[in-house]
Amino acid sequence: MEANGTRRTKLPLASGLVADLLHKGSGPPLLFLHGSYGRSWPGLLDGLAEKFTVYAPLSPGADEPDELNSFDGFSDLALFYDDVLRALSVDTVVVVGHAFGGMVAAEFAAHFPERVSSLVLVGPLGLWMDTSPVADIHSTYPAKLPALLFADPESAAAAEVMRPPSPAQTGEFMLARALAQGAATHFYWPIPDRELKRRLYRISAPTLLVWGEEDRVVAPAYAERFAAGIPARSKIVRIPGAGHYAHIEQPGAVLREILAFTG
Amino acid sequence: MKLTFFHMQGYRDLPDDFSEKYGSVWVDPPNDELCDPVMEGQYLRWNLKELELAASLGFDGVGTNEHHQNAYGFPMPNLTAFHLAAVTQDVAIVLLGMTLPIYHPMRVADEMGQIDALSGGRLVAGWPVGTSMDVNHCYGVTPTQTRGRWAESHDLIKAAWTRPGPFEWNGKYYKLRHVNPWPKPIQKPHPPIWLAGGGSLETFELAAKQNYMYSFLSFGGHLAGSAMMQQFWDTNDAAGNDDNPYRGGFAQIVMVADTDREAEKLYEQHVKNFYMKSLHVAPQFANTPGYSTKRSLVSAMQKMQTATPFDPSVRKAVTWKTAIESGQVIGGSPATVREQLLDASKKLRVGNWILLMQLQSMPHELTNYNIRLFADQVLPHVRDLWDDRYDASPYWPSGAKRPVLDHRALTAK
Repeated sequence: MEANGTRRTKLPLASGLVADLLHKGSGPPLLFLHGSYGRSWPGLLDGLAEKFTVYAPLSPGADEPDELNSFDGFSDLALFYDDVLRALSVDTVVVVGHAFGGMVAAEFAAHFPERVSSLVLVGPLGLWMDTSPVADIHSTYPAKLPALLFADPESAAAAEVMRPPSPAQTGEFMLARALAQGAATHFYWPIPDRELKRRLYRISAPTLLVWGEEDRVVAPAYAERFAAGIPARSKIVRIPGAGHYAHIEQPGAVLREILAFTG
Repeated sequence: MKLTFFHMQGYRDLPDDFSEKYGSVWVDPPNDELCDPVMEGQYLRWNLKELELAASLGFDGVGTNEHHQNAYGFPMPNLTAFHLAAVTQDVAIVLLGMTLPIYHPMRVADEMGQIDALSGGRLVAGWPVGTSMDVNHCYGVTPTQTRGRWAESHDLIKAAWTRPGPFEWNGKYYKLRHVNPWPKPIQKPHPPIWLAGGGSLETFELAAKQNYMYSFLSFGGHLAGSAMMQQFWDTNDAAGNDDNPYRGGFAQIVMVADTDREAEKLYEQHVKNFYMKSLHVAPQFANTPGYSTKRSLVSAMQKMQTATPFDPSVRKAVTWKTAIESGQVIGGSPATVREQLLDASKKLRVGNWILLMQLQSMPHELTNYNIRLFADQVLPHVRDLWDDRYDASPYWPSGAKRPVLDHRALTAK
């Protein structure tokens, strides 16, 4: 048991790979896929764990880059998460993904539509409009990053994402952050467009599209693009007072929307 | 020793307020604001003349390197090497190098094969991994693929040069039915392969394993580089290799004038200009996640206290005096330069010097002066070091037969 009440399991998969899962709660299974800054256990997941068994896997390669030799693209990631569900003996699951994790979640729902009961995408990458390019957080000047990512760059929520939990953990934090970004960009460098738009038609899960009103990484207009491509029922919610990290800047509002949508 | 005049072919006129006004010298300095193609044409003509002058005055090698969207570097060293191969006779053509991850490997095999043919076997084939700025940010290669692409290109080009063609290649990144470059290089089994780097352990190990020349490239100078070179020699030792100094190379800024005082007067502004502007590289381009191995990242985290040449506080403080004291520049009168160069050669145990003698803002005439004075009053006095005991030939192109000219007679003309 970790300090926040989560458990950590190293789950062997049929492929020979091992999935690193944090999990908490009981109830129907929910998969939370993190963004390119890596895995944490934000307050939103505690809220979800009151209704669901929340699984937060570490994205492959985010701790051990050699794992990426087994992954060339999003299809390999979709197979990986199918293997995870097989190893957990889970048939269908709610999938929630943020940013890069949202792109993975959408790809998984397109590759394995019968496995996803509900899909929740929070500021997902994956589509591209030349008129409103997705920002590149990896080549943004460091001083400009907080204003790009958050509605309020001075907030405690921004600090939660941008700073180590304590000064003593700075090295560990920076290493984990670098490895996580390397593992994420392995799949989408330098532009997060891998033709997801051609596969959106396969998504059969009802889809909740959550956007911070002030998301400056993936403009809120992308929500309509996702909705237009997904044939299943979809709902767009825009969260005031939130940027690209809507689930961390406004966790209460995002939790209410997810619970209402999946309830 | 083998002394190579090395040209970075930078953009010579950047505005005075460059490093205040712009975020980085590399990747995103806006081309329409800063880069005039007419001026660039003039620089290119000067660059070639300076390289040809060095070749005519007896340097063992002439060389250049590759950077992209960069105001102190130049994107197409293979074109420079092709020109030099055509217009020179016996000097080594040090192409250091072609950045393997951004090219189709058969293109490299072809172009280097042609340069070796044209030069009569004088090519040094430099195969750097490339910087993250060039490979990932300018050419869009996925950072985590940088090393894998380098390794496969290395294996494929070497096979293309050493195995009878045609043959098949089933790699991860390249799949070919007919590997059969025309021609293969003149040099057998292949031109000397040089690696270049900033001190990563993986590259030391590769050089030691494959018996490649390793050239340490940084702008920190010979004093800061000595710990790194010691690690290189330790790695060689652990691999059971000999201690031939020609396994090692070092890039060093060198500036000669008639007196120490004259050198300061002539060169200080260019040294300051170079450190202020050229090493102004934005951190997000230099430290791209996925580019470094986990092992190198862990090692870099542990060394976080060590200032790099890219740190603004380090760059701003550079003067002629500090540059000489720190070893960033070997400079002064011919006697001073001779002494410092011999001393550094022995301390670092290097047989190959990559001499950086044209720094970005240095005018054509001043560069020529530096080249002539070095060729006349330094080169003849330092080049014999090591040669009584060590053989350069495993690391040096077989067609390059320097020294054959009486360079002192030539400079007197």
